[in-house]
Amino acid sequence: MRRRQVREKLFHWSGIAAVVIALTLVGIFFGTILKTGLPAFWQSTFVMDVHFDPEVVQIGPKPEPMPGESPAAYQQRFNQWQLDLGFVDFGQIIHKSIVKQLPEAAEHPDETLALVTSGELFALRDRVVADPGIIGQTVRLKLLADANVDVWLKGNIDRDLPDTQQQLSPLVRAWADQLQASGVIQNKFSTAIFMNPDSRSSLASAGLAGAFMGSLFMMIIVILLAMPIGVAAAIYLEEFAPKNRLTDLIEVNINNLAAVPSIVFGLLGAVVFIMWFNLPMSSSLVGGLVLTLMTLPTVIIATRAALKAVPPSIREAALGVGASKMQAITHHVLPLARPGILTAMIIGVAQALGETGPLLLIGMSAFVASIPATPFDQSTALPVQIYLWESNELRNFFEGRGSAAIIVLLGMMLALNAVAIWLRKRFETRW
Amino acid sequence: MMENNMAQATMGAKLDALPNKPGGGPAASGGIKLSSRDVRVFYGDNEALHGVSMDVMANEVVAFIGPSGCGKSTFLRCFNRMNDTVAGARVTGQITLDGRDIHDHAIDVVQLRAQVGMVFQKPNPFPKPIYENVAYGPRLHGLTSSKSELDQIVESSLRRAGLWEEVKDRLDAPGTGLSGGQQQRLCIARAIAVSPDVILMDEPCSALDPIATAKIEELIHELKENYTIIIVTHNMQQAARVSDRTAFFHLGDLIELGTTSQIFTTPKQQRTEDYVTGRYG
Ligand SMILES: Nc1ncnc2c1ncn2[C@@H]1O[C@H](COP(=O)(O)OP(=O)(O)O)[C@@H](O)[C@H]1O
Ligand SMILES: [Mg+2]
Repeated sequence: MRRRQVREKLFHWSGIAAVVIALTLVGIFFGTILKTGLPAFWQSTFVMDVHFDPEVVQIGPKPEPMPGESPAAYQQRFNQWQLDLGFVDFGQIIHKSIVKQLPEAAEHPDETLALVTSGELFALRDRVVADPGIIGQTVRLKLLADANVDVWLKGNIDRDLPDTQQQLSPLVRAWADQLQASGVIQNKFSTAIFMNPDSRSSLASAGLAGAFMGSLFMMIIVILLAMPIGVAAAIYLEEFAPKNRLTDLIEVNINNLAAVPSIVFGLLGAVVFIMWFNLPMSSSLVGGLVLTLMTLPTVIIATRAALKAVPPSIREAALGVGASKMQAITHHVLPLARPGILTAMIIGVAQALGETGPLLLIGMSAFVASIPATPFDQSTALPVQIYLWESNELRNFFEGRGSAAIIVLLGMMLALNAVAIWLRKRFETRW
Repeated sequence: MMENNMAQATMGAKLDALPNKPGGGPAASGGIKLSSRDVRVFYGDNEALHGVSMDVMANEVVAFIGPSGCGKSTFLRCFNRMNDTVAGARVTGQITLDGRDIHDHAIDVVQLRAQVGMVFQKPNPFPKPIYENVAYGPRLHGLTSSKSELDQIVESSLRRAGLWEEVKDRLDAPGTGLSGGQQQRLCIARAIAVSPDVILMDEPCSALDPIATAKIEELIHELKENYTIIIVTHNMQQAARVSDRTAFFHLGDLIELGTTSQIFTTPKQQRTEDYVTGRYG
């Protein structure tokens, strides 16, 4: 009797201990990610007046369509204008702007430009394209500092390292400190990480918009395909399929498929979708299809469980008043199984969203410097982007960015879950 | 053995009193509503019912009694072809409803189930509002063209099932929130709503308390006016109280069929006597 009580106590306390350990680990996990990831959303940024000097930006007026001109001819003139703009030395504009704040930089244009990330040169050009009227004006702008400047100012590199191991020359380091002290360089919330695609030349403005769109496209494809196919397959297997060797075999195989390592699906996708069907490599379409294949077994199994959980008496009741089998299922069984099916879907999609392995095999780990506009375009995915960033050689900068990407990915999952919970509540209370 | 027991026992008086049914099907011709000939049911290779033949008259209540597992439910479910829905179940023999073979290709099983309603052992209302429970059948069969007509059917069905007064103020409340007895009466209302000729009841009171049971029995008495009822019961007193005729089944055979008073007072078969006197079962 006493021993039984002791055992019960022991069981009770080991349970509590397990929960505490689990919670601690989850806390550490979130803590470190937030600690490294959140600061990455704030970046060292120049806030200063930039003068679009007409001496430097020597360019004709932006072409306007002329009456009687064909669209092709106009397009050609416009392209020529943009091409000319490409020869404008926007670096000189930035150099002059910084010199105003830091006169001693006048003699060192190259070192000065090392302060600002190179992507801002194109950002200036885009401003002119959008509004040529800006030429000759002085505008207060925010320009992202170079990634190495950000690392230096945030203290993410040891300041006592000898010059040979520093990424920046002593002069640039001194200037960065000086500009920060005078308030020209500020730590500002930056939208670059959300708005821009990945970049290798302008690290500070590298963003995950491309990967985000890729993941979004894949998520939509998985939901659009895996939901109807999986639910239909589950309904057929659970409600209509005759019990025989063939269906037994199918059932065993579906269960086995759920346990197949995901990378194998990537191989399958590479062969079937890319080599046989000639779908574009690295596209989120192929990624979505592969992830659909990977998700289907999970969806089918969980949907069947949800269907099985609907009491047979409900089916009998519907059949008893003259509903056909299909009506009994659509009117009664499916609505009751809907919360379970939704859960199945969310589990499947969340799994797909976090998957990296199969995507590597269909080329989605390639560096893509543009935001995909359609599922046919080359793209990466959030988990792949995290992998790419975390393995970038400029670790001091990309560690934080990787964690920031993890935060975005987790946010996406949370949003997905919130929608699922909301839908469940809705369907459960709607009698 | 069964043929000679087969009941001439139905009394003429009852046949004369065929009422006009509200929205019901054709009145029974010559009084025979349902008839089965040599009906056998197989579950896979296992024969659960060994050739049963019997007739059921219009507007009578027939009780099926017998020990558990003797095939009462199996036989009952033949009349609305519910066995079709059981994987591996096979039915042979002939069953007619109003003289028409229910296995005929021309017969729509959906129509058949509207005509032969069923109430199950465990109350199984849909997890929907009371109103929707009753309205489901009429909607399914397109019996009504307007909301007010549907309202009327729902009300009259609930009235006939003796539930209207208890639920009329909460038709939007879920049917699953009612008490067991109320749920079962709701299921009866649901069956009535599609204006069937026959109602099959498979141990409708086995999950209910005595008061709820008494209400259902009372209801069966009233429903008899308009419907033909076959009720499976394991409760001998209940069979005696509600039925006109009683059929005793044993191990997949129909052993004896006669008026209820005859079965309970002067059974012709030894096994029937053993069962009704409680020697086994
Ligand atoms: N779905 C089924 N599959 C296989 N055998 C069944 C099934 N339903 C009933 N049986 C068998 O048929 C026989 C009669 O069952 P049933 O009609 O339910 O008996 P009762 O209702 O009289 O208790 C029993 O032996 C039972 O095991
Ligand atoms: Mg039974």
